[in-house]
Amino acid sequence: MLDRLRHYWKTFDNGILRENPILRLMIGLCPTLAVSTSLINSVGMGLATTFVLVFSNLFVSLLRKFTPNGIRIPIFIVVVSTFVTLTDYMMLAYVPELHKSLGVFVPLIVVNCIILGRAEAFAYKNDAVLSTIDGLGMGLGFTLAISTIGIIREILGNGTILGYSLFGASFNPAIIMILPPGAFITIGFLMAALNALTRKGEGGK
Amino acid sequence: MIYALFLIFFSAMIANNILLVRFLGLCSFFGISNKIETSVSMGLAVLFVMDMATVVSWLIYYYLLLPFDLVFLRTIVFIIVIASLVQMVEMFLKKSFPFLYRALGVYLPLITTNCAILGASFLIIDFKYTLIESLVFSTAVALGYTLAIVMFAGMRQRLENAPIPESLKGYPIAFILAGLMSLSFLGFVGMFGLHM
Repeated sequence: MLDRLRHYWKTFDNGILRENPILRLMIGLCPTLAVSTSLINSVGMGLATTFVLVFSNLFVSLLRKFTPNGIRIPIFIVVVSTFVTLTDYMMLAYVPELHKSLGVFVPLIVVNCIILGRAEAFAYKNDAVLSTIDGLGMGLGFTLAISTIGIIREILGNGTILGYSLFGASFNPAIIMILPPGAFITIGFLMAALNALTRKGEGGK
Repeated sequence: MIYALFLIFFSAMIANNILLVRFLGLCSFFGISNKIETSVSMGLAVLFVMDMATVVSWLIYYYLLLPFDLVFLRTIVFIIVIASLVQMVEMFLKKSFPFLYRALGVYLPLITTNCAILGASFLIIDFKYTLIESLVFSTAVALGYTLAIVMFAGMRQRLENAPIPESLKGYPIAFILAGLMSLSFLGFVGMFGLHM
């Protein structure tokens, strides 16, 4: 029992740290860079992706015994796009403003490599419980990374956090950070910082 | 008319470059931009598929989905159409134009999950373009993709021999380089306006 729980926990935290989709595996970059202009957009995108990831993992795993090997990718795509359409319309109904600012990137969750990648590499080979946990871990890892980028860009580029002003009116924000180049530069330095940290950790051993 | 098309063309190709300003298709941008030759082949494959995909999805949207009130199926239909289109193109090229197949072969399956293609199909619907405008737009987007990826590949080859701090080596410096390129492409926004 304890072993089982430990195994679940390991699957869960795998996506958050060791195999973080953005900072480690470098997949799912397009939405990460495009919508991380503010914290709220990042969290919205992260949660939407997590939702799709959890349910597509669950259903791919449930259907894996009936899925012919030759046409598995089209089947994955249909499962994923069903949940993307659901998310798209739910967001349009309940959070229309967020839906508008995420724009074309909501339907584009369907081609987010994280989702098809996890379906192929994990859910197709594991049972439903484990696949759901993996989806949750990967999704939260994605949300965490995209939110970090969102916080940095919103503070530097707008001087606000969740819309609240941090530094008062005299602050002159670096608008470049919320423009496209800022996204590339932020993630570049974030990766470099992570590299430096892991290298230091390895050097200490 | 011609002027409007010209504006669409240059805005889509440079000021709103699909890779550097709109952030679509980045996986292939960082994944295969190690060599100039492969970047050129990928650019050609994208040009080929993107033109066909946008035309087909335009026709499907306006003649099938809209009249039958099936707009909510847009995401599913577009991705299936693009995936099967890529398969068909692959089979057709293999049989009829083997030399072209050898040049593009490996890149065609990659394109199915390239969000640039699906993104362009959604954008022509969102921007309410006509068929001609869509064709001009998708050609410009694909040329912009090729331009950016080939320039990026050239610079990355130079980077390999440059003295770079240890932690920035590899992907981090590539991202910062892409940021600087994006900045220079963004310089054209003053002429055409940002069209997100």
